[in-house]
Amino acid sequence: MAMSVIWTVMVGAAVLCGLATGNGPAVAKGALDGAAAGVELCLSTMGVMCLWTGVMEVMRRCGIADALSRLLRPVLRRLYPGYAQDQRVMDAVSANLSANLLGLGNAATPLGLEAARRMAEGSGGTASDGLCMLVVCNTASLQLIPTTVASVRAAAGSAAPFDILPAVWLASVISVTVGITAARLLSKVWR
Amino acid sequence: MELFFTMLVPCVMLAVAVTALLRRVDVWGAVTDGARMGLKVSLSIMPPLIGLLTAVYMLRASGALDLLRDVLSPALTAVGIPPETVSLLLVRPVSGSAALGVGAELIRTYGPDSLIGRTAAVMLGSTETTFYTIAVYFGAAKIARTRYAVPAALCADAAGFLAAAWAVRLIFGGN
Repeated sequence: MAMSVIWTVMVGAAVLCGLATGNGPAVAKGALDGAAAGVELCLSTMGVMCLWTGVMEVMRRCGIADALSRLLRPVLRRLYPGYAQDQRVMDAVSANLSANLLGLGNAATPLGLEAARRMAEGSGGTASDGLCMLVVCNTASLQLIPTTVASVRAAAGSAAPFDILPAVWLASVISVTVGITAARLLSKVWR
Repeated sequence: MELFFTMLVPCVMLAVAVTALLRRVDVWGAVTDGARMGLKVSLSIMPPLIGLLTAVYMLRASGALDLLRDVLSPALTAVGIPPETVSLLLVRPVSGSAALGVGAELIRTYGPDSLIGRTAAVMLGSTETTFYTIAVYFGAAKIARTRYAVPAALCADAAGFLAAAWAVRLIFGGN
């Protein structure tokens, strides 16, 4: 529903603004060009995306994701102190984080939701501190190799599509740190 | 350093393939199965991309985006964010495919190796579709009182956008 409203507002604003500024014909042309650009963007990034989902599937099948998940366990016990003793929650959150880091988006969500459901058991519809932390961590992008963005840059003719990696890592670390800190601070005052 | 990041992807591919072979995993089967799944995902985002890029192209042609940029420009410039990325900031927390469409447009228009193009790419790579994720998680867990999850997640988003702009300036210089 939200998307229906957003899309209608976007088209409405374009038509009204176009008529007001005399850009009406350009708006009409924009509609046709935009539709074609949607297909072009999708096709031009498809190869890299498929290649990477292929590599990710190999990672998953040979147990790299599981190994990373075990490695993350001690850190996550400290991030989710309320669930450190709950084996099922710790299994799910560490597998969720490991999948997020490796870019296994399709695997990460079900794992995260499993942890969320377990954390919500018996909570009476109120989010626990652990669940808030899980959601905050999943709304921050932690992917080590952002392949979709790199494939868009490659399609646009970048000299080195992956040269943004250090900047992405730096920005991700800052974003996650701020999110975790905000959650920690707010958890003390927001009951 | 530049060579390291250029070679990262092929080296990851090789390392993963060798590890998998040593563990007697069917590498070829996994690569092709994974690519088949990727193809499905790619095709599934094509319809929203068509719809959203149509709206974005119309907005841009109408001059509405320039108007919005001019209004918010002083505030964004003051904190170091290129005002041209304003449309990306607005759609990023709401829709993943809209953000991809808007970001790809910025990257194409200003060039992938320009300050604005790089900033848009780093913003895309270091933030998530916050509201969508929140809705999915709390919906699945049947949580009505979400307490501070939304404000904390939005703090992370704001920090991500600012950090993206700063990191690009820091690493690539400001032009």
